[in-house]
Parts: sequence; structure tokens; C-alpha cells
Amino acid sequence: MLEVEDIHTYYGDSYVIQGVSLRVPEHAVVAVLGRNGVGKTTLVRSIIGFTPPRRGSIRFKGVEISRQPAYKIVRAGIGLVPQGRRIFRSLTVRENLEVASLARPPGRASRWTPDSIGKLFPRLRERASHAGVKLSGGEQQMLAIARALLSNPELLLLDEPTEGLAPLLVRELHALIRTLKDEGFSILLIEQNLPFALTLADHVHVMSKGRIVYDAPPADLMHNEAVKSRYLGI
Amino acid sequence: MAYWLTQTFNGLTFGMLLFLLAAGLSLIFGLMRIVNLAHGSFYLLGAYLALTVSQLTGSFLLAVLGAAAVVACLGIVIERLFLRRVQNQELPQVLLTFGFIFVLEDIALWLWGAIPTLLEKPVLFAGSLQIGGIVVPSYRILIVVVGLLIAAALWALQSRTRIGAIIRASVDDEEMARGLGINTPRMFTWMFALGCFLAALGGVMGGALVGMYPGAGFEILVLALVVVIVGGLGSLRGAFIGSLLVGLLDNFGKALFPELSLFTIFAPMAIVLAVKPTGLFGRA
Ligand SMILES: Nc1ncnc2c1ncn2[C@@H]1O[C@H](COP(=O)(O)OP(=O)(O)OP(=O)(O)O)[C@@H](O)[C@H]1O
Ligand SMILES: [Mg+2]
Repeated sequence: MLEVEDIHTYYGDSYVIQGVSLRVPEHAVVAVLGRNGVGKTTLVRSIIGFTPPRRGSIRFKGVEISRQPAYKIVRAGIGLVPQGRRIFRSLTVRENLEVASLARPPGRASRWTPDSIGKLFPRLRERASHAGVKLSGGEQQMLAIARALLSNPELLLLDEPTEGLAPLLVRELHALIRTLKDEGFSILLIEQNLPFALTLADHVHVMSKGRIVYDAPPADLMHNEAVKSRYLGI
Repeated sequence: MAYWLTQTFNGLTFGMLLFLLAAGLSLIFGLMRIVNLAHGSFYLLGAYLALTVSQLTGSFLLAVLGAAAVVACLGIVIERLFLRRVQNQELPQVLLTFGFIFVLEDIALWLWGAIPTLLEKPVLFAGSLQIGGIVVPSYRILIVVVGLLIAAALWALQSRTRIGAIIRASVDDEEMARGLGINTPRMFTWMFALGCFLAALGGVMGGALVGMYPGAGFEILVLALVVVIVGGLGSLRGAFIGSLLVGLLDNFGKALFPELSLFTIFAPMAIVLAVKPTGLFGRA
């Protein structure tokens, strides 16, 4: 579904992603783990087109997307749930959802509408007319996911969805991502919460200083104390 | 008493005129983070174009629509060919839009000359009315009505339509809007064109009130910038309230302390900024 091949991404002169390759197969959850500042978000920004890589290639369903503007990449079928949620602060919950569904080119059918997504997220439906940023952290995370789903993606990029959430909500989120996986989504999951990622992912990558330093099935990482202590501080 | 009422009304009229400029200036800043210094030149160009169209056709309405449409198209060209290349680069944006002031005002000078001119008012609004003991030129009433209508239309667009929700989302976080599939560059072009359209509309309305002369665009730009700063960058409500405030201050300043008229505008602006650096309705 997604093939990232040896990409190099910069912010001005600062060289952040230094040759990363990874693949997200169809219907799979692939996790990227790593400490603060190793370039996980920059990897996401490279894929979605916010900070395009200077070198390397990114193919989505066989099509090169690394030179396309972000809005086209999204319309091609990649949904973004960004770090920090980035809920639009002057919009209500409902408007936050509508904006995503309006962005879709007319005539393109979607599995979800702002109304039907309420079934998956009943609490968002109850608070439809509240300001999006007035929701609790957990509800905002749900809103960010619902919003991304309304852009009608096949692949979801989730950047540290558990950040700042209470354990109960983390469990709820876990169940949701499982559901999405069963629904057939492909997911690239960026995480610092190791157990969360290991129990969801089909394959895990560990990042350090802009490179992938380890990749394996989750069970292997679980037992690899050397990698865990060296790169994840556990 | 009649004197005060007249002055107040004149101030409000001028404020409505300022609003036509300030609304676009503020919208463009809110979305694109560009302070379009050439906005006053679009105002002046609109006025001059209206002069030509009304001389050719004799119709004020055609002059308004024609001038505003031409300036809007010019805005599209300038946004696509020039401003888009300097996105998120503040200094180049300032230099570029500042440069357009000279280019556009020189073109106006070359085409329409340096002699101050006044646009002819539409016949229907050439007279005046007696309202509550004061004589009010009906053209000034027209300006107030047009200003209120535009304000209502912009408000409805922003808060009641789907496009409005997309605009507000992009003002909040343009990158995230793109990350949901919104073609924000195309929306920028349309909103820039809308701002230019309103500036030209203001120019036509103002052309029959205060007239056109070289430098008129820059003069009104300075006042519109004060409006946007006082009202809060990117806020429509701020642009409206700010316009009325500056319109009144300008009018009373000129009437009561002619030698201090700039002071009466900039001193209140300084006070507002000292108390609320983001302007009356601005957000950090
Ligand atoms: N907009 C930017 N401009 C310049 N440097 C940046 C920018 N964003 C991030 N960086 C730098 O790039 C490096 C990687 O940052 P990135 O946000 O990708 O890390 P991360 O792995 O997502 O960290 P975290 O776990 O804290 O989210 C850091 O050194 C950071 O300071
Ligand atoms: Mg990050």
C-alpha cells in the first residue's frame, strides 16, 4: 500500500530524516517507535507532503506521491491524525468533521458522512455543537480520528495518538484502532507507548537520529532487551 | 447639536468606506499571513477604472461592477504569479506588495493624469434628505447601506456556509486544512480576489465621495492598516468595529484639531495596542 524508499528530509539546513525506508502492506498495522526528537513526526510530515523529502521516493498504491501537494496526497487516500490533534479552534465538533468531508472532491463517494460517523463515536455526536477544543483530551483524539476518516482514507497515519491520555482512554483507543484494522484500514502508527504499539502492530520499526535502526515482528522486539534499553530507554 | 450629528454621520460613512478595504485586508492576512500593502492601490485603481467605465457607458452601476471585476482579475494574476512565490517569507512579501504600490499608482498616473478628479455620483443618489433636523446627502446613505450589506454578507459567508467553515479552519491552521484534503492555494486565490473586489468597490464608492488623486491609495491604506491593527488581524468583527472607530476619529480629528488629525488616530491606536497587543478582537 505504502512504500517509503530511502527518503531524506530537511528543515532548511537541518538534516532530519537521513535515509528511511519502510513499507505498510494492505490491511496491516505498522508501528514506528523512538524517543523524542528522533524524527518520527518529520517522517509523517514527509509522507503527507507538509515537508516533502529532498531525495528518495514515496509510493502509495504504486503511484509516486512525494512531489505532490498535501491536499492531493490526502485525496489519493491517506488520512492524517497529527500529533497534538490540531483541532480547529474556532470550529464546532460538527464543523471540524464537515470541513474534512467537504474537502473531498464532489462526486467521490465516501464510507462516512458527518452523521453516520456518529455511530462509531457516540460521544462526538452528543457534543456536535460544542467547540472542538472544549472537549477533553480523549474526546479530541477521537475527533481527530473521526475527522481523518471523513477524508475517506485507505491508509491512516496516527502520530502518537496515546500522548497525554489517561489509561482508560488508551484502552478505548486500542479497541478503536483494532476495529479500524478489522475494517480493512492500513495504519502507520507512531508511538512511544511500547505495549500499546506491540499489541496492535504486525511489524515494528525503531527509529533513532533520523534512521530506522531496527525492524522486526513485535514479538522479537518484546524480547530484545538490548534494543529496548538502547533506543527506547526501557 | 446638528453639527455633532452631521459630523458623527460623516465619520460613520467614512468608516463604512474603510470597512470595505479593511475587511479584505484582514481576511487576506488571516488566511495567507500577507499584509497586502498594495490594497490601497487596488482601491485607487478601482476608482479610476470606474471613471473610465462611467464615461464610456454613463452608468454608475456598470462602473462599479466593471471596475471591481477588473481589479479582482488583476488580483488573481498578482496572487498566482507573484505572491504565491513568496509564501511564508515576510520580507519578500512586504517588498513585493510595496513595489506594487509604485507600479500601480504610476500606471494610474500615466493613464489618468495627476489632476484630482471626482467620480460623478449616480443620479438617484445625487440629492440629499432631511432627517431629524440634519441634511444628509443621500449618497452617504448609500455608502452606509452598501457597507452594512457587505458586512452582513461577509458575516453570513463566514459563519453560516460550508465555505465559511473551510475559511475559518484555514485561518486557524492552514497546514492542517491542507492535511484534510483542502486545496488551500486555490482558496487563497479566490479570497485574494474577493479582497481586491471589495477594495475596488470601496474605491468606486470613495471616488464619488472624496475623489481620486495620486497618493490617495496610500493615504487610505494607512488608515485601513490602523483599522486592522486596532480591530485585530484576521477578525471580521474587528475590521467592522475598527473601521467605525477610525472613521469617527478621523472625522472628528480633522474637524476639531485639523493640525493634529494624525495624532487623533495614532494615539488611540497606541493605547489599544498597549492594553491589548492583539487588537480589540484579535487572538494571539
Ligand atoms: N519545523 C521545524 N523546523 C526545524 N526543525 C524542526 C522542526 N520540527 C522539528 N524539528 C527538529 O527535527 C527533529 C525531529 O523532530 P520530530 O518532531 O520529527 O521528532 P519526533 O520523533 O516526532 O519527536 P516527538 O516524540 O517529541 O514527537 C528535532 O530535532 C526537532 O527539533
Ligand atoms: Mg513527534
